Amino acid sequence: MNSLLRHKGWTWGFRTTILLYFVVLIVLPILGVYYNSFSLGFGNFVESISDPIAWKSVLLTLKLAIIATLINVFLGTMIAWVLIRYQFIGKALLNSLVDLPFALPTAVGGLMILLLLGPGSLIGKAAEALGFEIVFHQPAIVIAMVFVTFPFVIRAVQPLLEELDPSEEEAAYTMGAKGTRVFWHVILPSMAPGMISGGMLAFSRALAEFGAVVLVAGNIPGRTLVSSVFIFGEVESDNPVSAAAVSVILLTLSFLILWLINMLQMRGRRS
Amino acid sequence: MRKLWIGLTYLVFFLLIAAPLGKMAIGAFSEGFGGFWDALTRPEALHALMMTGLVVIVVTLLNTLFGIMMALYLVRANWINRRLKGLLNSIVDLPYAVSPVIGGLMIVLLLGPDSALGAIFEGIGLKIVYAIPGMIIATLFVTFPLMVREVMPVLQEIGSQQEEAASTLGARGWTIFWKVTWPSIRWAVVYGVILTVARSLGEFGAVLVVSGNIMNKTQTATTLVYQDVENFNVTAAGGIALVLAAFSAGLLLLMEWTKRRKEVQ
Repeated sequence: MNSLLRHKGWTWGFRTTILLYFVVLIVLPILGVYYNSFSLGFGNFVESISDPIAWKSVLLTLKLAIIATLINVFLGTMIAWVLIRYQFIGKALLNSLVDLPFALPTAVGGLMILLLLGPGSLIGKAAEALGFEIVFHQPAIVIAMVFVTFPFVIRAVQPLLEELDPSEEEAAYTMGAKGTRVFWHVILPSMAPGMISGGMLAFSRALAEFGAVVLVAGNIPGRTLVSSVFIFGEVESDNPVSAAAVSVILLTLSFLILWLINMLQMRGRRS
Repeated sequence: MRKLWIGLTYLVFFLLIAAPLGKMAIGAFSEGFGGFWDALTRPEALHALMMTGLVVIVVTLLNTLFGIMMALYLVRANWINRRLKGLLNSIVDLPYAVSPVIGGLMIVLLLGPDSALGAIFEGIGLKIVYAIPGMIIATLFVTFPLMVREVMPVLQEIGSQQEEAASTLGARGWTIFWKVTWPSIRWAVVYGVILTVARSLGEFGAVLVVSGNIMNKTQTATTLVYQDVENFNVTAAGGIALVLAAFSAGLLLLMEWTKRRKEVQ
């Protein structure tokens, strides 16, 4: 390969093009947001953030994303377990369906949830009769987040379960450990890295989710307005500085999570 | 115990995936096949599907080309020092962490009509934001890591010995690439292409912000779904969404097939 890069006279032009593409497409826009949110001074940034609608949207996003992540860690671990350990009819089909939320456009995912739970539907009517509301309220946002981040934990835990040496489990049983004890001391610890890294990926995706959420959330400031929708609204109303300020908070948070995942994976590889 | 867990798994899949999908399919045909067909053949729907197709094709072509080259550089190039390579390598993942809306906002801030660059481009008569170039740039940004991340592990795994051997035997750069490197990364590239197509087909947030969602001009299939829902035209939205979902399901099947081919190798 090196000779491919060395031989030609236009090697330098080629290298520069690729790296320039990379820098202009990825690095420059990200720096641009940081630059823009601080362009009118730090005081202005603080002012944009201390707008109650802005910081409430960030807190709400964090809260709902945490709920959605916890649900997904639980469901995902269970499903990964079932799909690896048990043999049953339809297993291969379910295993391929896991990825569907990744493949579907998020706006389609949002529409699906809206149609299923909306005011005109069977479930929507039943919920309304029971006196609680789903669509255009917080539960719908959580459902949308769970839907779009569904595959992460499953796909992170599955390989770990596959690798888990059955002899370890058997040894524990031979030594007289009970089922629940084996689960807590042998199986869970070996799944934990996947649960954590999958959970963090799901969390960062849930923080960022827009398409599915914008369709099912009522977008009422302070109650059902998440940050990504808030940013969209600010762009629409021609207020990019405030949009950039909230973006910087979300971005910094996501980058931290990404960095944490990388650190965890590096440590996992070393041990 | 076993039956309970399997039952619960089926329940989750039914509630979270099958039921919403089924409900949407029924909804799309709630006014019969004619209603579904009308929703698809509206002029704005045809235009939106065409726009989506255009964006998907351009983005997939560009990011496949640049993605493969970037992966090659990040794994093989010895003219980039190791620390810089590590830095570039972690930057590749950044678009994953960026919310699509923020991705769109970045393009608007950088190239919008109020920005310095945007003013220059406007001066030479090239409109970027609220036009096709901006939508393509936004989708390029969002889908960039997919190809790089598919090709890189394969390159790392096969190592450079074969390539070096070919080089020693006197093969030239492109010959080595086509005869030695390409056959081993082929299925990874195919997989990356499918992922890129799926992602750019479904991209919504970034495109919505950048395009301004102007009907019959910059509207794509996903942003049309959004507009239909906003206009309470749920049947029409369901029709377009069903077509998109069918495409995604097809791509998913293709992915499964490619994955098996990849493993065979």
